[in-house]
Amino acid sequence: MEFITLNIDGKEVQAPKGATVLEACRYNDIIIPTLCHDPELSSPGGCRLCVVEIEGMRNLPPSCVTTAGQGMVVRTNTATVREARKTVLELMVANHPLDCMVCQKMGDCSLAAYAYEYEVANQPFEGEKAQHPIDDSNHFIVRDMNKCILCGKCVRACEEIQGRSVIDFAYRGFNTEVSPALLPLGESDCVFCGSCVAVCPVGALTEKNMIGKGRPWEIRKVKTTCNFCGVGCNYDLNVKDGKVIGVTGNETSVVNGRHLCIKGRFGTDFIHSDRRITTPLIKRDGVFVEATWDEALNLVAEKLTAIKEKYGPDSIAGLSSARCTNEENYLMQKFMRAVIGTNNVDHCART
Amino acid sequence: MNSLMEVCCDKCTHTPTTPCDKYIACRTEGPLCHDDASCKEKVQTRLKQVVIAPESGLKQVLICAGSGCISSGSRKVDAALEAELAKQGLADKVKITVTGCHGFCEQGPIFIVEPEGTFYCRVQPEDVPELVEKALGKGELVDRLLYKEPITGEKVRHYQDIPFYKKQQRNVLRNCGHIDPENMEEYIARDGYKGFVKALTMSPLEVIEDVKKSGLRGRGGAGFSTGQKWEFASKSPGDEKYVVCNADEGDPGAFMDRSVLEGDPHAVIEGMLVAGYAIGANNGVIYVRAEYPLAIKRLKVAIDQASACGVLGDNVLNSGFDFHLKIKAGAGAFVCGEETALMASVEGKRGMPRVRPPFPAVKGLWDKPTNINNVETYANVPAILRRGSEWYAGLGTERSKGTKVFALTGKVNNTGLAEVPMGVTLREIIFDIGGGIQNGKEFKAVQIGGPSGGCLPKEMLDLPVDYDSLIKVGAMVGSGGLVTMDETTCMVDIARFFLNFTQKESCGKCTPCREGTKRMLEILTRITKGQGKAGDIETLERLAKNIQATSLCGLGQTAPNPILTTLKYFRHEYEAHINEKRCPAGACSALLTYRIDSEKCVGCGACAKACPVNCISGELKKPYRIDASQCIKCGTCMDKCKFGAVIKG
Repeated sequence: MEFITLNIDGKEVQAPKGATVLEACRYNDIIIPTLCHDPELSSPGGCRLCVVEIEGMRNLPPSCVTTAGQGMVVRTNTATVREARKTVLELMVANHPLDCMVCQKMGDCSLAAYAYEYEVANQPFEGEKAQHPIDDSNHFIVRDMNKCILCGKCVRACEEIQGRSVIDFAYRGFNTEVSPALLPLGESDCVFCGSCVAVCPVGALTEKNMIGKGRPWEIRKVKTTCNFCGVGCNYDLNVKDGKVIGVTGNETSVVNGRHLCIKGRFGTDFIHSDRRITTPLIKRDGVFVEATWDEALNLVAEKLTAIKEKYGPDSIAGLSSARCTNEENYLMQKFMRAVIGTNNVDHCART
Repeated sequence: MNSLMEVCCDKCTHTPTTPCDKYIACRTEGPLCHDDASCKEKVQTRLKQVVIAPESGLKQVLICAGSGCISSGSRKVDAALEAELAKQGLADKVKITVTGCHGFCEQGPIFIVEPEGTFYCRVQPEDVPELVEKALGKGELVDRLLYKEPITGEKVRHYQDIPFYKKQQRNVLRNCGHIDPENMEEYIARDGYKGFVKALTMSPLEVIEDVKKSGLRGRGGAGFSTGQKWEFASKSPGDEKYVVCNADEGDPGAFMDRSVLEGDPHAVIEGMLVAGYAIGANNGVIYVRAEYPLAIKRLKVAIDQASACGVLGDNVLNSGFDFHLKIKAGAGAFVCGEETALMASVEGKRGMPRVRPPFPAVKGLWDKPTNINNVETYANVPAILRRGSEWYAGLGTERSKGTKVFALTGKVNNTGLAEVPMGVTLREIIFDIGGGIQNGKEFKAVQIGGPSGGCLPKEMLDLPVDYDSLIKVGAMVGSGGLVTMDETTCMVDIARFFLNFTQKESCGKCTPCREGTKRMLEILTRITKGQGKAGDIETLERLAKNIQATSLCGLGQTAPNPILTTLKYFRHEYEAHINEKRCPAGACSALLTYRIDSEKCVGCGACAKACPVNCISGELKKPYRIDASQCIKCGTCMDKCKFGAVIKG
């Protein structure tokens, strides 16, 4: 890798050639606040929180979209820079509900963290605040656009990662809003993968199933593999008091990074369901009754043996599931071929 | 020969698919490929008819059909004229030319009789029979329709003697109001496309060098060197490049680009052809705001005509250069005048600016190297090529060359378009050309450069109008809007007006512009309502400074300018609103009180009768009183009082 040398905050440092000023700073452990930037997404340079001073450049360029140059002189923490960042935060807070106590995002909110760091006053400006109805039109995602800071990460995640482009900016000026086209999210083309929720830095997008279930500091995150299909995505089960309350992505997941589908992200409610089947059931006189595993397996073995003897092995077929592991699927076909004696074996994901 | 665009005889083989490189010159000097006296005569006879040479014995009536004159009824005038000419048997002797804007919209509908150049104004259909009989039939003057100079009251006959035109130097607007914009023949007869033909005899680099030497700077706002811009796009590697024309003119009160498009669309096409040839682009897009339907229509006609004769298309004039031009209508967003937002909009995306670099010259439309200039910039180009860069560089000031079109609006007598050399003073534009302030009121300020510009006070009237002088005082040439204000204009209210505009038109992408302009607007609104508080001015200044420094595009970076310049030059007005709850200009209705001067009141009761909320009471022949707690400050009583007894303050 080729490196360049530049001066950041009075120190000569090195950074990979082609890196942005933000990347160069992070490469050298210099902290720059960001809200709209995400390493996996394109950079619009919209929130203006990451502004810095660069000698020879007019105004305060945003570090996330300015390429670092050889010999560049960058200052990241001057009074001018801090005041500009504080003003940006004040403007965001001025148009943001201050119901942090009951906000699902409390403790994990980037806006709150930066507002604290930059000592933003509680009510920086008097004036109008956005008044959008809360979009609660679906089972999975609650959209409270009053809390939205219009960083646009959700828009880019939907377009660039998922390729769906369900949401985009709408209206202009102070009325600007992120919105699905014309309809509420529940009636839009959204597939509820939740990628937008995963990137939202504030409480504008939240997982409906987790609302009111726990605070970030009460939650233990347990990394595991999703059991809905054979892709093998990893995620964090969010556990509070021994109960799974939801799922969040885990960026260290080799297969899927932070990204999940609707099933992995939102389909864990069965774990603690009181309607969950916990023992095998055998239908006797038209009614399912609880049975032991031995009883159930014996019954299946008897029936399969009888069918095989009477109609031959090819009268039996096995269909395996995408929810099984490779090993389980291997055993399934082995069982059908070696024990039953047929090649009638198939899999739900075979297309 | 019915049109100069026609071939003289079957020896001419020019068609769009078998183009001839002498086609343009041949229209006015031809035929050039064969020697035939009768062909030559045909061309020259037609040419005289088109330009109304005195020896042709024809008369011509130029009727303005720019948007301004259409709204004051010019289309009815030309219909009436046609009927009246037929009635009086003059149809063969008089040519009616429906033109684009003359720039003097205040006096519309405008009716000029050529070749003598008699200027009639505010002509209505009922005036037409008299004009036909006297002015066109007998060659007499119709005195009552001549222009009356507002200060001296003198009648002025000739168009070029009217003070509004006398001080102007019309290069970009030279054809506006003088040709039929929907007839390419008329453009050709006035040296049209000769600049482009000249460019074709040069190498693309020589063309760029020439434009650089002319000193032309972008007429859209920032004033970047046009030649340099072309050079960047030319040097930018890429096999496909674009030329884009920014016709998304949106500043309040600005309509110079609309007038050029409506009055002389071929000039813009010619400028774009030269740019396309210079940078190596084969495709062009003109982005016109949808609110300009007439401009779009005339551009379409012009593009069709230019394509039909092979001036646009493949192998233009047998030069090997292909150039195709398309129109894209905007969808009503002011921010699409910002070049990156404009290109996003052309691509079908939401019009939002993106961070530069990369600049359009490197990565523009469809991510290809692109040159983007505005209408007026392109319209300057043909003459630079035709008359030479030295000629152009001889106009204007050292660093701001050429002429600039300004839109005079507001409280000035002569509203309209004025084209002047760069470097003339504001005083010359507003008082000599603009005829001073309406109703004899006092000049107070001029807002220059649209919502992003600044408000300059009377101390700045002798400032030369050029890019650098204006930037120094906190304003900008911008697109060239000049909104003049008189003593009754409140400067806080003006700042509020412009902030309201920029706030509504902010694209919403970056925080400082979207949220910051809203807070500034709220503070200004409070101040004009008498709810200003100590610290408001400081908050405005702090917000303005940070919004300028951190906004993404020009819209946000310049949005605080109206506040900063009014604070700089009219700070006392802010202070009077905040500290004394008083509007010195008497414009902010919330801060006004109306009362009746008991000395002057004769007790006629006219005010009480007119008051819409019945808050004036009294006995006849005794002084009346206004109940201030009920007064809605509509000013009706003041208008009704014949004795000047109602006092506002």
